[in-house]
Amino acid sequence: MSSDEYKSEDEVLGKAYDSKLMARLLSYIKPYKKYVIFAIFLNIIVAALGPVRPYLTMIAIDDYIANSDYNGLIYIGLALFASLLLQSVIQYFLTYYTQYLGQRTLYDLRTQIFNHTQKLALKFFDRTPIGRIVTRATNDVEALGELFSSGIVMVFSDIFIIIWILAFMFFMDFQLSLVTLSVLPVLIYGTFLFRRKVRDRYRDVRLHLARLNSYMQEHITGMSAVQIFHREKEGFKKFSGINDDYRVANIKSIFYYAIFFPSVELVSAVAIGLIIWYGGGEVVRGASTIGVLFAFIQFTEMFFRPIRDLSEKYNILQTAMASSERIFKLLDNETFVKNPESAVKLEKVNGQIDFKNVWFAYNKDDFVLKDISFSIKPGETVAIVGHTGAGKTSIINILTRFYDINKGKIYIDGIDIETVDKKELREHISIVLQDVFLFSGTIESNINLDEEKISREKVIEAAKIVGADEFIMALPNNYDQEVKERGATLSVGQKQLISFARALAFDPKILILDEATSSVDSEAEQLIQRAIEKLLVGRTAIVIAHRLSTIQNADKIIVLHKGEIRETGNHQELLAKHGIYYKLYELQYKDQEVKAS
Amino acid sequence: MRNLYTLKKYFVRYKKKLFLGFVFILLSNAGSVYVPLLLKDAINSLQDNIDSGLLLQYGLMIVGASLFAGVFRFLIRQTIIVVSREIEYDLRGDFWAHIQKLPLRYFQNNSTGNIMAHATNDINAVRMFLGPAVMYSADTFIRLVIVLTIMMLLNIELTIYVLLPLPLLSFVVFKLGKKIHHRFSIIQEKFSELTTIVQENYSGIRVIKSYVREDSEEEKYAQNSEDYLNKKMSLVRVQSLIMPILILITGLSIIIVIWLGGIKIIDGEMNLGEMTAFIVYLGILIWPMIAVGWVMNIVQQAEASMERINNIFAEPYEIEDTEKTDNSITELKGEIEFKNVSFKYNDHLPEILKNINLKIPKGSSLAIMGYTGTGKTSFINLIPRLYDCTDGEVLIDGNNVKTIPLGVLRTNIGMVQQEPFLFSDSVKNNISFGLNDLDENRVREVAAIANFDKDVEQFPQKYDTVVGERGITFSGGQKQRCSLARALAINPQILILDDSFSAVDTHTEELILKNLKWFLVGKTSIIISHRISTVKDADNIIVLSEGRIAEEGNHDDLIALDGIYADLHFKQLLEKELTEMT
Repeated sequence: MSSDEYKSEDEVLGKAYDSKLMARLLSYIKPYKKYVIFAIFLNIIVAALGPVRPYLTMIAIDDYIANSDYNGLIYIGLALFASLLLQSVIQYFLTYYTQYLGQRTLYDLRTQIFNHTQKLALKFFDRTPIGRIVTRATNDVEALGELFSSGIVMVFSDIFIIIWILAFMFFMDFQLSLVTLSVLPVLIYGTFLFRRKVRDRYRDVRLHLARLNSYMQEHITGMSAVQIFHREKEGFKKFSGINDDYRVANIKSIFYYAIFFPSVELVSAVAIGLIIWYGGGEVVRGASTIGVLFAFIQFTEMFFRPIRDLSEKYNILQTAMASSERIFKLLDNETFVKNPESAVKLEKVNGQIDFKNVWFAYNKDDFVLKDISFSIKPGETVAIVGHTGAGKTSIINILTRFYDINKGKIYIDGIDIETVDKKELREHISIVLQDVFLFSGTIESNINLDEEKISREKVIEAAKIVGADEFIMALPNNYDQEVKERGATLSVGQKQLISFARALAFDPKILILDEATSSVDSEAEQLIQRAIEKLLVGRTAIVIAHRLSTIQNADKIIVLHKGEIRETGNHQELLAKHGIYYKLYELQYKDQEVKAS
Repeated sequence: MRNLYTLKKYFVRYKKKLFLGFVFILLSNAGSVYVPLLLKDAINSLQDNIDSGLLLQYGLMIVGASLFAGVFRFLIRQTIIVVSREIEYDLRGDFWAHIQKLPLRYFQNNSTGNIMAHATNDINAVRMFLGPAVMYSADTFIRLVIVLTIMMLLNIELTIYVLLPLPLLSFVVFKLGKKIHHRFSIIQEKFSELTTIVQENYSGIRVIKSYVREDSEEEKYAQNSEDYLNKKMSLVRVQSLIMPILILITGLSIIIVIWLGGIKIIDGEMNLGEMTAFIVYLGILIWPMIAVGWVMNIVQQAEASMERINNIFAEPYEIEDTEKTDNSITELKGEIEFKNVSFKYNDHLPEILKNINLKIPKGSSLAIMGYTGTGKTSFINLIPRLYDCTDGEVLIDGNNVKTIPLGVLRTNIGMVQQEPFLFSDSVKNNISFGLNDLDENRVREVAAIANFDKDVEQFPQKYDTVVGERGITFSGGQKQRCSLARALAINPQILILDDSFSAVDTHTEELILKNLKWFLVGKTSIIISHRISTVKDADNIIVLSEGRIAEEGNHDDLIALDGIYADLHFKQLLEKELTEMT
């Protein structure tokens, strides 16, 4: 768990109720409206089955036991049993069913968040910590679970149980009901008071727990600092203080529980006392029966649970409000790279690329590319070189429309890329990034990325061409080998070969290759070099080059410096100029020549 | 139960309070079992015409008995549950005291999340055992004995019939509880799988977008999400059983009372009052019977958690003061020597440092250079004993570091790590982290040396500004300068900087180095850097390569040697030219 989560915990208890949020939340149940209504209907029925039993008991005592009617007693026994069985069965299906409804709704919401988020522009991902987005899509949705699965439907259930009990009581003995129910305001008031107190205490406990957790989290992460400065003793003192606050907060909340539960029992004892005193008097006067007293004693026990549950619903609501607010904020984020309304079709691509006076900035007016113009003919390979911060990566980002440019135009086969559907554009361009990203899954699924059109044969073929087949076949499960922890068990070189195979399998007309700078051993280096040569055949390629061999084989080299094109030409021409390229060569590429020779 | 036995020492500490708790349980039950007996007499008395005064008396007595029981019930929670919080506090304290002493190796092998899980979930599971489990088992046992005795005295036959379904209740709760726990862990696994998918999607968003895999990702996620839904529902299927089964079993007992009891009343073997008492007693017994099943699960989970906690308690400290420690050493002068030092992180890992021999005279400066992964950080980690060398010895002032008291050693060495960690506390508390008392003048002084003072003046609350998410987020350079100030604050005899200026621009670095020059008079310093500009004025420079000292000498010596150092020098000059070009 990240420290972010621990810290956000104390922020959870925020707004209690917001009708706009609630309306939006409820809109998620709309598709299941019919089912919800049915569930509520079932609730009304099942709510009656509990209170009916004390009523049946009354009949048993007053009509049958008093009259020594064995048969009648058997009928009542059966009726009691039937109501019990029915209640249990309906209760089971009802619980299951409402949970299912709730989980379905969560499923919808979860999927919506995921689908929405992955469509957002890279700009969004640059600005937002991934941990936070993940929390929205997972934990925050879970926090809504209770509201959808038990909250909404169960509120009806509790209300109906109370209504039924009242109905039975008043039907059986109006006056005794009034007397018995006179304790009810105390019970309700007490329960809500308790809830409020406990909520405050609970908030306190959570706050201290959050402090405790973030202290531990932070100091486990920074344990080396603690040990280097020999601060264990002081650290422990501070920890003990926080630990003690947490203990005290807990003990304080124990007090309320310790008062509450016996108090409830006391209230119900008062109710029973009243039944005996007032009801007993009625029985003596002949105004009521022992069976009624008997039933009323049972009713007093039934009353408490729904009232307690209702008071709990408030907490559920509060948590749901906080989570939903954060979720909706994400869903309302509209950072998209816009698609043209009527897109130009880009079916077959030859691979001509033209940059015309392109200006680009990530942040307003802070241009990283300035007035860039160049052309690449179909099938050509262009190497882009430059020192750190020259703007090399930005060229990739704008060609694939991860970001939109500020000024100028980019054409593919003479078509302005802003008029083309993003997805269609990207289908013709493959990117091989420096840091190879492997997904959890198999080797195969990392090459074809679960694209069904790319068969196993094609995957193997691609792997063979780039020279990855050999090491893959050496793995225990070959192409079905699980990739764990983003490929931690694979070497850097192997990961690169997989990403080459990936690009090859998708067979794009245009290839962008961001060569990795990390060093690999010479054997792997040769493999990679050969793979790159194969990869470039028959494609238009832009390579952000770190390898001398790649540069030497390129048709043209573009030297970027601080966002501008400063030199163009081939290797020999540029060296002869003794300019920026020459320096870069001395700095980065010359050693490779030495090593190779 | 073997692991939970280790909790004995904590229980003993609170034995008085616990004993009182058990007495309260006894008293409280005495009160609550009296209520049904009163009801019985009241109902029976109704059949002989009695006056309402007596009824009122019964009513009041019922309330009185409940009040009596309630007072003690209050006291039970105030003793037993409170003790559980006390023990939790003690246990967590011991846990933390232990964790703090574990070697860095432990923190490298165990993720923070993992350790946190023990500190939170496992301790919590044990707490559930200490409090609720202890209270409910004692309560259940006592109540069961008393209530059963009374019920038997009232009517043996009916008691037996009525009680038949109740053990089933404990059994069902136990079984279902176990199943629920099991399915719950499956769900948690699936949930973390789902989280991984989301996380990977967002981390790999460039690949996904460039290969146009959005649709297939959506499908994959929907599938997994559906799978999660199904796993959840498999839990719900079991969970939904609990309420109906409780209703069914307890209801069954009541029906038996009414039915069999009714027959007995008709036959004259029993009276209505007794039947009432039976029903109310059942009500009293139901919760304890449910609790039995629940408690059994708590105990099982607590046992598993306690085992994990005990495993952590069993982790050795590795680096600590021993009988070899020479307590007469109270200060360091600053002469360091490496004698045939070799080091590896683990028995089955290759050697990081191989037979290093080096003398660093008191008051001199040493600079270490070399490519990444050549053992530079491992080298300096041996000095304050963050790790112990596997072969040879590291000496300070001629004493093996293993004989120097750890406190003396570390409080005399100021170290700035490669990725320094700052706490989410105020700037001044961070800088004075190694000091016993906050000394604001000292804080300002060292901040000035680290060229951090001007930054602090820009912060909204100056030195009281909180670092991190809740305050201001430092840039890499600010982090490095702040932690440099922290290391200087303790006025160390030995200062070690591990690539501490990598995020600081060269101009600022120059200023800091100038300031450090007079700070370091008479002190020993070791500095790792990738920049020639940082190291060129050091008294001695070594270049590490593959765990060995490849080159040694001062700047001019090494340039003349025309090796790794000279190559780095040449390239950095070129780089400087490139960046300065417009």
